[in-house]
Amino acid sequence: MSDKQEQQIDQSRRGFISKSTAAAAISVIAPGITLHQVAQAKPVDEAVTSKVRWGMLIDTNKCADGCTACTTACQTENGWGSGSTDEQNSSPEQQAQWIRKVTLKNKSTGSTHSLPMMCQHCEEPPCVDVCPTGASFKRVDGIVLVDKHICIGCRYCMMACPYKARSFIHEALSDQAPHSPRGKGTVESCTMCVHKVDRGDGTTACAEACAKEGHRAIIFGDLKDPDSEISKTLKSNSTTQIRADLNLNTGVRYRGI
Amino acid sequence: MKNIVHYNSIPGKSIGYWGLLGFLGFIVLLGLGATWHMEHSGHYVTGMTNQVVWGLPHVFAVFLIVAASGALNVASISSVFSKKMYKPLARMSGLVALCLLAGGLVVLLLDLGRPDRLIVAMTYYNFKSIFAWNIILYTGFFAIVAVYLWMMMERKMNKFTRPAGIAAFIWRLILTTGTGSIFGFLVAREAYDAAIMAPMFIIMSFSFGLAIFILVIMATYNGTERPLGDKTIRTLKNLLGVFVSSVLYFTLAYHLTNLYATQHHGIERFILLDGGIYTQLFWWGQILIGGILPLIIVYHPSLSKSRQMIAAACTMVIVGGLAQMYVIIIGGQAFPMSLFPGYEVTSSFYDGVVMDYAPSIWEFGLGVAGMAMSMIMVMIAIKVLPFAATSLEDHVVDPSHAKPADSGAVEAEATA
Repeated sequence: MSDKQEQQIDQSRRGFISKSTAAAAISVIAPGITLHQVAQAKPVDEAVTSKVRWGMLIDTNKCADGCTACTTACQTENGWGSGSTDEQNSSPEQQAQWIRKVTLKNKSTGSTHSLPMMCQHCEEPPCVDVCPTGASFKRVDGIVLVDKHICIGCRYCMMACPYKARSFIHEALSDQAPHSPRGKGTVESCTMCVHKVDRGDGTTACAEACAKEGHRAIIFGDLKDPDSEISKTLKSNSTTQIRADLNLNTGVRYRGI
Repeated sequence: MKNIVHYNSIPGKSIGYWGLLGFLGFIVLLGLGATWHMEHSGHYVTGMTNQVVWGLPHVFAVFLIVAASGALNVASISSVFSKKMYKPLARMSGLVALCLLAGGLVVLLLDLGRPDRLIVAMTYYNFKSIFAWNIILYTGFFAIVAVYLWMMMERKMNKFTRPAGIAAFIWRLILTTGTGSIFGFLVAREAYDAAIMAPMFIIMSFSFGLAIFILVIMATYNGTERPLGDKTIRTLKNLLGVFVSSVLYFTLAYHLTNLYATQHHGIERFILLDGGIYTQLFWWGQILIGGILPLIIVYHPSLSKSRQMIAAACTMVIVGGLAQMYVIIIGGQAFPMSLFPGYEVTSSFYDGVVMDYAPSIWEFGLGVAGMAMSMIMVMIAIKVLPFAATSLEDHVVDPSHAKPADSGAVEAEATA
């Protein structure tokens, strides 16, 4: 038998062994996986697609001064701030804020604006660039997230974020929303209500709350779909990105500033 | 005359040795206790917040890491640039470099939110992150310097000392470039985002590393009553003078460039004029104590003759270096980021506000423990292995010196 033939037989034997090992492993673990799949509304085989890019448009002219419906809704939905009994030991400077209301006063004209600030879900996110372990990541649909399982809590992403969008958890937590895992010693930020998006709600907690208040200052939608409300509004109006000079192509856009 | 340098381990049996070791060990224990408290409770017990995310531990850690690569310089001058008089110091130089790096990394690691995930940091790499590159650079530094030390210490391998030394030298330049770039690559923050950060960190490493090295040499040779000639001290302190001036030059260039751009006037005003503690630390700590005073001492005709004064100058460089790190790391974060140019900004998340940062005793404990740990490693290593040359007398380090038949000859040489 030639060397080549021997090698081929060897390879097929190896292939058989590895396949049968895999099959054995699946038969042991599969019941768990199958259960898990059934429990999820969005089947795992329906992958996140780059055909969409989720984004938000915030109209500061419609954003009411003093209204905090969006921040409250986010807290309730995602279980931080008033939406949780946690973080009692942390000082206000240490407590997490996924979304905050910012008041702007023009230094020369004195005009004021009010707007919500959160993770801007950049196309080129500096937090993802600097993260040593890859815990900060961007989904192909544009949502920037933190994988809390591999975040080592180095806080380099917080140093790099131009929007001060991220918070570090300074103490142990116990009161969390099941769909929104958080953990001591890791970094977190706005998830663009990824659980709602994946569920097919087609909106975020903040946008929903703002609409309920009758302001409709936040529009959520697919930036890649030319027929979506957000794309149409972006096309027909002058809008800006915060720190557009950094060229990060943010997923959150603003109108009126 | 062929010059032969002898090395042997120090006896390490004196009360002084054990006393110092015990004292440093006590500091390490306190530091570990502080760390346990910090990690057990969570970072809420520290002064760090969501606005000042890197605190005092990072000041110590970055200082030690930067100093580590600088401490290797003496060995590099010997092996790479073939300056014979540095050769008897080369082993100690490599050792101090390794120990400082280890101390710095311990601090950095123990301050992580999840230090238990060290294995994650070692197995998940995002190669676009300069932080991830630093993990590789630090690990590589240990390996390369260890090999370099082996080449120096094993007679059969001596012929490979130069290539190993060159590799270590290049690696250390890349390493400090990487450390400086941790800040240089932060586009969003006004105090950082400058290419000058990388070379500035290199020159800072030369200065801080050498200052620590001189103190270690003085302590080792005083403590073991081994002879330490004036020639060695004089050469090292002159070199320190050059490095300290270079740090001042880079600081000047950095601030002048920033001052030219109107966009940066806010941060410059903050650091140089009205930033409170940061302004004080900059002028009194970094510039006066860390720069001008040591320069006066090392170049003063009579002050520079006193070993006590040179030791004081080295201590000042270290204190000034820590102040400089504090200004860069904490000052750079305390100053608010400019999200909306032209607007006054207020929010519940402290937008537009200069943040207060008061380091906690726990953070201080961790930082100081890192320094103590480095020193303990040096002390144990020189007791176990022959790192220190038995003599650094002038005729040993430089064969052109006459043997001290009479002490007058040495004196005359020293004043020449």
